[in-house]
Amino acid sequence: MKTRLGHAKTAAIGAALLMVTSACSSGGGFGAGGSAPSGGGTSTGPLTVLIGSSGPAETKAVTAAAAAFTKQTGIKVTVTAAQNLTQQLAQGFAANSAPDVFYLDPVSFQSYAEKGALYAYADQISNPADFYPALKSAFTYNNTFTCVPKDWSTLGLAINESDWTAAGLTDADIPTTWSQLESVAKKLSTGGRAGLVLAPDHTGVDDFIYQNGGTLLSDDKKSAAFDSSQNVQAVSFVKTLLTSGAAKFPAALSAGWNGEAFGENKAAMTIVGNWLVGTMSSDYPSVKYKVVTLPSGPSGTKATLSFTNCWGIPASDSRRDEAVKLVDYLSSAEQQMTFAKEFGVMPSRESDAAAWTREFPSETAFLQGSPYAHADLAIAGGTQTISNYDSLVAQLASSDPKTLLSTVQTNFEALIKQNG
Amino acid sequence: MAAQIEATAARPAASARRARGRRPRGGGIRGREAAAGWLFTAPAVLMIVVFLVVPILMAAWVSVSDWSGIGNPFGGGAHYVGTRNYSALLTQGGLARQQLVQSITNNFYYVLLVVPLQTVLALFLAVALNRRRLAGRGFFRTAYYFPSVTSTVAISIVFLFLFSGSGVVNTILGDLGANGPTWFADPNGLIHLLLGVFGVHTPPAALANHGLLGQSWWDWLSGPSIAMTVIIVLSIWTTSGTFMLIFLAALQNIPAEVEEAAIMDGTNAWQRMRRVTLPMLRPTLFLVLTLGLIGCWQVFDQVYIMSQGNPSGTTLTPAYLSYLTSFGNQQWGEGAAISFLLFAIIVVLTVLQRFLLRERDAGR
Repeated sequence: MKTRLGHAKTAAIGAALLMVTSACSSGGGFGAGGSAPSGGGTSTGPLTVLIGSSGPAETKAVTAAAAAFTKQTGIKVTVTAAQNLTQQLAQGFAANSAPDVFYLDPVSFQSYAEKGALYAYADQISNPADFYPALKSAFTYNNTFTCVPKDWSTLGLAINESDWTAAGLTDADIPTTWSQLESVAKKLSTGGRAGLVLAPDHTGVDDFIYQNGGTLLSDDKKSAAFDSSQNVQAVSFVKTLLTSGAAKFPAALSAGWNGEAFGENKAAMTIVGNWLVGTMSSDYPSVKYKVVTLPSGPSGTKATLSFTNCWGIPASDSRRDEAVKLVDYLSSAEQQMTFAKEFGVMPSRESDAAAWTREFPSETAFLQGSPYAHADLAIAGGTQTISNYDSLVAQLASSDPKTLLSTVQTNFEALIKQNG
Repeated sequence: MAAQIEATAARPAASARRARGRRPRGGGIRGREAAAGWLFTAPAVLMIVVFLVVPILMAAWVSVSDWSGIGNPFGGGAHYVGTRNYSALLTQGGLARQQLVQSITNNFYYVLLVVPLQTVLALFLAVALNRRRLAGRGFFRTAYYFPSVTSTVAISIVFLFLFSGSGVVNTILGDLGANGPTWFADPNGLIHLLLGVFGVHTPPAALANHGLLGQSWWDWLSGPSIAMTVIIVLSIWTTSGTFMLIFLAALQNIPAEVEEAAIMDGTNAWQRMRRVTLPMLRPTLFLVLTLGLIGCWQVFDQVYIMSQGNPSGTTLTPAYLSYLTSFGNQQWGEGAAISFLLFAIIVVLTVLQRFLLRERDAGR
């Protein structure tokens, strides 16, 4: 009896010690992370690259490019496709183990740049002036071009060719102004089919706002002008399209997004980015369509939106020099053309324009938008404010454009104040 | 078990000791028992401390700090900011409060429908399965329990397909001549839609111009959106199997004699259910309602997979909003504060429910 309890006591003390040590080790882990000079990144082993992949083709292409880089430089690289990039990145930064190189969207870029978590390396990349201006502006924080865009997309007007000819329209009727857009959309609306389907979020109206000479956020993200009269006018025009039945949001056509509505021919036209091309060739290969540039606003202003991601490198990365070398390799004009061929993206360097146009003649309209492309809306900590803007736009058909924009203005002003 | 035996064995010795008078504390067989007790519970205590207590305390610190999400929240990067995160959510009329209030409204309707319906369905299934003469009882028991053991992720994805714009549900509705909505893109509230049937499309001024916490009464009374309704149906379907099992176990504990006695007293089936079975199930009912209530206020995975809070924020729930604020928006303090507000809501409602379900027979 005595010995048994003795054992028990020893074991109890052992368990208590274990508890203490485990508590220590968790505390120690945090302490070590905080005090270490180089928090982010991996300090040994291969460079880690975390990508938000669009699919197996992209993962394969990036992995192959990384392998070629290893062959050239001897620096080992591991490419991982994230399940949820934003979440995994946040976890990495919190645990001081952020990947050495990662995809970064413009909104997250603003948030991380504001916290000083990003390494501003863009000037170390060969020929940084070669990147398109809209993309450089998307990844500029405090007047510093920080990280380089990996590729990009713009919005174009996609037209279903058989609907177009069936309505008796010719190439001469391709809309170049808002009023022409409205009239062809009305002509193409027959039966249950809408003439035009728009994205039910801020990208569905922002292009019209820019075409009308309006603005959203200033370049330094310190002021907002959502409720200007040009903006109200532009959003009112979109509302007219929606209420007249010439344009519809995908939900009104029982479609998940505008590309689906277009592919299933529930709409004859859509304003959409390069991502439509992949969907059409894989899901709706029989649909004949073409892409043209967006019409200009009443004053003749041309505008489109650009969407992009950059190659992020953590500021505290102990191996950032190697990481910069890798990004330099991945963002080179030659490598970007390879990516374009393998998973259909548009290179972010102007020097690729000629080669890309030769390779993808049917998609040139997307590239033609580059001189007047505006970077998509982004501001530090703006995810929820922007998604609220999206929800309001989704209900545009039944709301007042002026009230909508002033609500958005109030929300962004509050966010700007909060960002300080 | 061993401790129990020892306790029984120790009892005469202890009483003898008391009779003899004072003995130094901590000595003797009882003291060693305490040490052994701690030993036996050590693994569980350890797990709870490391994986529950410590993280909760850490989150509590984050909720009153300005931690940016970069590096260690305990390493000097984060500063104490008092109740700033909480006041941004509760007192300032910005987007943060608006979304929190919307998420609470959504979740309130979710709880209001899921908890009673899943409890009633679970009880109904359990009573049906408890009938002594039922062919293929094993089959039905497995069939009803099946959704509960299948992963939520898999079920959610199947539901996404079923309820997509051109999915199975809408095809069947179409065959029946009805026009199904675009389930996951429809932000219209059920109560608003119902009022629309009676011709009420715009809110009366009394409801539109007044409200609570910055949300008008009209919006409070929207009801769950079409998208939320799909998630509600999914939840009822998946969880009622689990609760059916709990009810079934409780029903089988009710002695057959009780029912026989009730039959002898000339009761009909409904009276037996209402007056005999249900009162005997009260502790189980309390358990099921409490688990349901807590689980429902924490709904996250279905929202994360199926709707991400869309359309128009009508499927936002506090748990998902907390995630979104922290991971999406990088506002970790506010995200942690939301989770503590959610905790407060759950505690208050559980206490309230305990009060409502308390034993009242004693007073009669």
